[in-house]
Amino acid sequence: MRYEGRAFRYGRDVDTDVIIPARYLNTSDPAELAKHCMEDLDVTFVEKVRPGDIIVAEENFGCGSSREHAPIAIKAAGVDAVIAKSFARIFYRNSINTGLAILECPEAVDAVAAGDTVSVDTDTGTITDVTTGTTFQAQPFPPFIAEIIEEGGLVNRWKKKLAK
Amino acid sequence: MPRPMTMAEKILAAHAGLEEVSPGQLIECDLDLVLANDVTAPIAIKTVREVTDAVFDPERVILVPDHYVPNKDIKSAEQAKIVRDFAREQGITHYYEVGCMGVEHALLPEQGVVGAGDLIIGADSHTCTYGALGAFSTGVGSTDAGVGMATGKAWFKVPETIKFVVDGQLAPSVTGKDIILHIIGKIGVDGALYKAMEFTGSAIESLPMDERLSISNMAIEAGGKAGLIPVDDVTRAYMDGRTERPYTAYYSDEDAVFAEVIAVDAADIVPTVAFPHLPSNTRPVAEARDVRIDQAVIGSCTNGRFDDMRQAAEVLRGRKVHPDVRCIVIPATQEVYRRCIAEGLMDVFLEANCAVSTPTCGPCLGGYMGILAAGERAIATTNRNFVGRMGDPTSEVYLSSPAVAAASAVLGHIGLPEDIA
Repeated sequence: MRYEGRAFRYGRDVDTDVIIPARYLNTSDPAELAKHCMEDLDVTFVEKVRPGDIIVAEENFGCGSSREHAPIAIKAAGVDAVIAKSFARIFYRNSINTGLAILECPEAVDAVAAGDTVSVDTDTGTITDVTTGTTFQAQPFPPFIAEIIEEGGLVNRWKKKLAK
Repeated sequence: MPRPMTMAEKILAAHAGLEEVSPGQLIECDLDLVLANDVTAPIAIKTVREVTDAVFDPERVILVPDHYVPNKDIKSAEQAKIVRDFAREQGITHYYEVGCMGVEHALLPEQGVVGAGDLIIGADSHTCTYGALGAFSTGVGSTDAGVGMATGKAWFKVPETIKFVVDGQLAPSVTGKDIILHIIGKIGVDGALYKAMEFTGSAIESLPMDERLSISNMAIEAGGKAGLIPVDDVTRAYMDGRTERPYTAYYSDEDAVFAEVIAVDAADIVPTVAFPHLPSNTRPVAEARDVRIDQAVIGSCTNGRFDDMRQAAEVLRGRKVHPDVRCIVIPATQEVYRRCIAEGLMDVFLEANCAVSTPTCGPCLGGYMGILAAGERAIATTNRNFVGRMGDPTSEVYLSSPAVAAASAVLGHIGLPEDIA
């Protein structure tokens, strides 16, 4: 898949409590969750974000709670991909499982400025800062993870497996 | 002979039907237990229904509504009802209704549901708590938990292990909570990212089970996948006559390979507080006395067990909470609550002007039962102090042990029990 959008820049240790505060976890409706995405870190995010936009952050993105509501909220807010220097473990699994594209690429994180237009090819891991014309290569997924992504996520993988 | 392995590697190998595993290896394992709560179960239940009609084993799927129950509002009541209806439909034996429930990670060890050698996933990041019993247990999201409930299986990347050796004599005022805050302060909130943590050494061995559970509970705050403590006499005394299923103790081989071995001198650990907005932002309590507080929260899956209640009550006995402070005490389970009554702790709390609540995660995650207004500060025995964690995004949470939280409640500012005149 290829995505292109504007970059929203954040720092390190962006935790799941700021991605979607627990006070909104009395529902799991993606549209409801999207209304409050990133609220405690950046109140303007929800009004500014447009479909296709991309989040760029430093180390340990998505640390904290196991709430799958975090990648769900990001995706429902319109963001197609998150590029970070590293991801917290549970958030990493949750993103694979919910179909939010995640890319580990320290070089791109260091180079992309807020507001730059960025394009991402999730099949090849190629990240291009369209504004500056620079291209970066993200860490490839291990084959097993790539397989889950190709099969359309963990649920589809098991559906297929059990149907056999 | 299989290669020398760590405790984490051995548990994973045993559940993958393999003689040996190595770090980085991707394996599929049979799960002993799969857990979820009232926030994460509704999405997991949806996943179960997409994959199959029935859970893999109704005795091995655990549903504990604890985050927003007793129901906070209509929406949370609907969430809890989805969990309740599913539990009835599937004949889930370990469903804990209000009145029987407790904060999950305090409840399941206490009730003997989890034991050494188990492989457990839970849709709650603090599932790592059971490492204190010698189980490999780790937090996952709802989809992983849902697939686990449907199939009894999950994939794992075998983690490297960081071994912590905490040797020496702990000062009497230093608890398990201070040890784990000290360690997180040292290695950072991603210091153990993608790795298992193993806590060993004479200081760990000297701790009662409740304090060990506090240590393993916060492994995730360093990014850890699991927080294991080898089984010893304390573990066996806790589990014997309690665990429902036979347990197996696994130990790291003498020549096992660790990512790192970090030695900690117990004598260097002092009562510690984590400042906003990261659990790694630690300072000695003695250097935090100028922080005035509006609220103290004593409870949670980190520090809501009986020893925690007793340590808080020892400080509060015969004293009053500072008039500018609300002190909220939440015994984590019905059993802890009952013991607080039986052993006179409840009188101590009420005499001190504490508000005592039925078990709930409540304020720990900013759910309800003690939310902070703009600019307010709380000291809490909980596990996270992220922006907005307990209420308004401009409020602040400071993490500490129960004794320090109780002392701070009396003082009106962060402080030690001995600071109280």
